[in-house]
Amino acid sequence: MTVNQVSVFIENRQGRLGEVLSVLKENDVNILSISLADTTEYGLLRLIVNKPEYAKEVLLSAGFSTMLTEVLIIKVPHVAGALQDILSEIAQANISIEYMYGLSVEANDASIVMKTNQLSDACQVLKNKNIGTMTEKEIESL
Amino acid sequence: MIWNEKMECMSREEMTALQDERLVKLVKYVYDNVEYYRNKMDKCGVKPEDIKGVCDITKLPYTTKDDLRDTYPFGLFAAPHSDIVRIHASSGTTGKATVVGYTQNDIDMWSECVARCMSMAGVTKDDIIQVAYGYGLFTGGLGAHYGAEKLGAMVVPMSTGNSKKLTTMMVDFGATAIACTPSYLLHLSEVLRDEGLLDKIKLKAAVCGAEPWTEKMRREIETRLNITAHDIYGLSEIMGPGVACDCEHHEGLHICEDYFYPEIIDSKTLEPVSDGETGELVFTTLTKEGIPLIRYRTKDLTSITREKCKCGRTSVRISRFKGRSDDMLIIRGVNVFPSQVEAALINVEEVTPHYMMIVDRENNLDTLEIQVEVDSKYYTDEIKGIEKLTKKIAGVIQSALGISAKIKLMGPNSLKRSEGKAVHVIDNRKLY
Repeated sequence: MTVNQVSVFIENRQGRLGEVLSVLKENDVNILSISLADTTEYGLLRLIVNKPEYAKEVLLSAGFSTMLTEVLIIKVPHVAGALQDILSEIAQANISIEYMYGLSVEANDASIVMKTNQLSDACQVLKNKNIGTMTEKEIESL
Repeated sequence: MIWNEKMECMSREEMTALQDERLVKLVKYVYDNVEYYRNKMDKCGVKPEDIKGVCDITKLPYTTKDDLRDTYPFGLFAAPHSDIVRIHASSGTTGKATVVGYTQNDIDMWSECVARCMSMAGVTKDDIIQVAYGYGLFTGGLGAHYGAEKLGAMVVPMSTGNSKKLTTMMVDFGATAIACTPSYLLHLSEVLRDEGLLDKIKLKAAVCGAEPWTEKMRREIETRLNITAHDIYGLSEIMGPGVACDCEHHEGLHICEDYFYPEIIDSKTLEPVSDGETGELVFTTLTKEGIPLIRYRTKDLTSITREKCKCGRTSVRISRFKGRSDDMLIIRGVNVFPSQVEAALINVEEVTPHYMMIVDRENNLDTLEIQVEVDSKYYTDEIKGIEKLTKKIAGVIQSALGISAKIKLMGPNSLKRSEGKAVHVIDNRKLY
């Protein structure tokens, strides 16, 4: 159920983000979603890409601190309150969320990328409640 | 004003005779009471009887910070513990501090030296002096304090860390003198200016030390505060502040040479160099009882002159310092060796052994940034994980150096690897 997210640690200096992106471009890696958490000193770039393992390899060899992080990509119906319904199920199961951000590939489709340190519990909840997630295969095809 | 005319204006012949007499006594005292020195002298084949005066001093072996480290904590003490009344300590090169002990006579001698230095700056018993060096293991605070008391001045033991209180009291008490690091005094001048207090202070003299500073900086301080600023020199191994100071003519620092016998050597060949030539300053403590040191290598680079000064003092003078013969940094008055950072980081498994120290000065206060490379297996993609690691390293550094540093985590291989001798320091301050 889970998907590998590419996480890159970047020092906060001008042009650093562009350097990461150009490595991905040169290697024909397609970015589906991106999130940048920043502090004054550094940034944490989180990416959902079509070829995560390959992206990690090329970034590492270009000298970036890169790692793969298992996350969940949860499909959210495009109606008001849908995200709240899903999150309340997760909260009821006492699962804490480390961070999340959006992913949208088509007009009628919406998903959230979610990181939790209680992955198997979270998977169980989603399964029980019949909440859909995206698989690696689906991501690769995008 | 000359505090002790007899000692400070003595003829060269009389001074040499006094130093001869004191050195002979000292060498015997050290040989009899310090096993480490006895072994060292035996190894060189020199006996106390071989030393008949300062002309024989080159027969004696040098002492370095390493000797203090090897005998940590009290191995070089010559007096019994019951006679030691005070301990001070400064940074060692790797983790262990350099510990020094003082007998009551040592404290009295120290106060005498500081009183002489403060007199050179024109401070008298009628002055109100704020001592804004740190009080504690560091020699600055208590050293300046006891000297100023000996002088009979009204001493305000401010210590460090509260500029607002200091400037308020400076105005309210009508303080006329201050003892602190030169960079801190420059900082204070800005605080006073920003608070609109510059025309309300009665300050006339400053005795600044514990870090190197330039002539330009001295003039800057004097102009901003409309005072006279003096350079007081010292190091804990020898005593603390008060080993030397400059008089109103600012043509070098007068050494209290009846207590500290100076030599200048070539730090590579270890041979003495002539007067006027730059080399490493070496001291022998002529009267110290607690931890007397023979030919202690200060690693400070300077030159000496024995010409009589316009002020009337005949004591030997050292020029403004021209650098260090080792890699010691002085940051906010605290001695810091890069090796201390290295030793501290070894205990942090999340980081690689590569680091870079960047020293700078912002608003006249020293800043230290330490860049460390995080081992790739310890990267986390959560901000809180990164912050936790930064905090952990900052804690380790703070306890190792005694000063805080800004920690910057760097990606793998982002710090320059140098071929040959690694460069671990970028010092953007212009101190020499």
